[in-house]
Amino acid sequence: MSASNAFVLDHVEAGIPGDPILRSIDVTIPGTGITVLAGPSGAGKTTFLRLLNRLDDPLRGEIYWNGRALSDWDPTELRRRVAMVFQRPPLFPGSVCENLQVALPDISNERALHVLEHVGLDADLLDQEATTLSGGEAQRMCVARALLTEPDVLLADEPTAALDSAARQKVEELGESLAGSGVAIVWVSHDTDQLRRLADHVIVLADGMVRATGTLAELDASEDAIVRQSVGAI
Amino acid sequence: MTAVLLGIEQGDIGLAGLAASGILVAVAVAISLWRQLGLARSLLWASFRALVQLLAVGWVLQFVVDPDDPLYWSALWIISMIVFASWTTSRRARDVPHVLALSLVSYFAAAVVVLGVLFGFQIYDFEGRTLVPLAGMVIGNSLAATVLVSRQLLIAADEQRDLIEGRLALGLSASDAYKPHLRQALRTALVPQIETTKAVGIVFLPGAMVGLILAGVAPTDAVKVQISVMYLVLGSVATTTAVMSLGISRELFTPAQQLRRRTPKPDS
Repeated sequence: MSASNAFVLDHVEAGIPGDPILRSIDVTIPGTGITVLAGPSGAGKTTFLRLLNRLDDPLRGEIYWNGRALSDWDPTELRRRVAMVFQRPPLFPGSVCENLQVALPDISNERALHVLEHVGLDADLLDQEATTLSGGEAQRMCVARALLTEPDVLLADEPTAALDSAARQKVEELGESLAGSGVAIVWVSHDTDQLRRLADHVIVLADGMVRATGTLAELDASEDAIVRQSVGAI
Repeated sequence: MTAVLLGIEQGDIGLAGLAASGILVAVAVAISLWRQLGLARSLLWASFRALVQLLAVGWVLQFVVDPDDPLYWSALWIISMIVFASWTTSRRARDVPHVLALSLVSYFAAAVVVLGVLFGFQIYDFEGRTLVPLAGMVIGNSLAATVLVSRQLLIAADEQRDLIEGRLALGLSASDAYKPHLRQALRTALVPQIETTKAVGIVFLPGAMVGLILAGVAPTDAVKVQISVMYLVLGSVATTTAVMSLGISRELFTPAQQLRRRTPKPDS
């Protein structure tokens, strides 16, 4: 079990007792770069991601991060170090500044402006009502909010699924920039073009099980048609 | 003059007076028949039920509040009220986890706090005659607000799940992640009571005061009793809903600060 931000899932089963969504998951997620979780709808990608942030616990098996079982971490500390952004960005009532304060209550104006700049948002948005942001702005604001906890890992659950192509590109560039700065990213996507643009490493899920794992080149060469289809090689 | 004819003495309207007040039920029934509301049977049944229930309660109460009787009869009466109110709450908010136990704790806490102040500061004499009715006011007036806050908290947990989990994912504790929804539910339960308190004396004359004045007590004395009762109700509702909501918010989250998934219970 290696340290350095890697996740290790050991015989993990998750979902509803008696009708699990994930079964017999044994996989290691590298602690660097962008790992894309791919697979058809209903494969269990979101369930998988929620386990890593400990919003849910597995029914069986154990998950390790940095060599330590997730159940041994204080959940609030774990979630600040393994941050998560959702497909539908949860916007709290109030301004963008007030949304940032949820993650960091005593945030300075300078820090707030800096983090907005980091995610490519205009400083003028700081006092704007969060609910009036466009889809792309809202998602980047949520990334900014998550970054305030200075995470080692960012989990992104289909963060561009509801965005237009311009907004999607900005969020992808942000992801690449974060990965370049040392934040490990686990990115759920069923968009094979996006997967091919972003992935340093791919995990293909199908029917609640890991179908394949490896680099894009390795999976392109797979003899499994479902795997090749999931990574856009067909 | 009429009162004398009906034999109404101070605090006692007599059987004739009681029967005469039944004319007002007849008026309601007549209106129902005239406008074809289909409520005549319900009106009669409700009126008859209220008559029997209150006569029975009054008959039993005269033994419970007798100054010669030991106070444990009063205590038994109060416990029965708490159990019945808790059972009613559990029926009306059946989706709340461990609702019966939470209700018992909430009503008991309100009774201890409010009665503790009323008797601790010797606002009323500590005897069955005061203990039972005041406890009844504590519990009875808290019931609707307790059910309301319970339902509001569950609705928030279901409908605002994305916001709650959004806060949890940022590393907030379960209590911090749920705090805005808890605050809103408590406000929803308390605001009607605050509005009622503000309107008292202007928009309506409250029951306790009217009852005392009808029983011959001087209005200035009746007002003092009424004010203490209004404060009692405010304190009761606030205590019960606060204890209930804290208990529910603990039930909604796992020890690992995860929002539990609920399976709604079917209505019976």
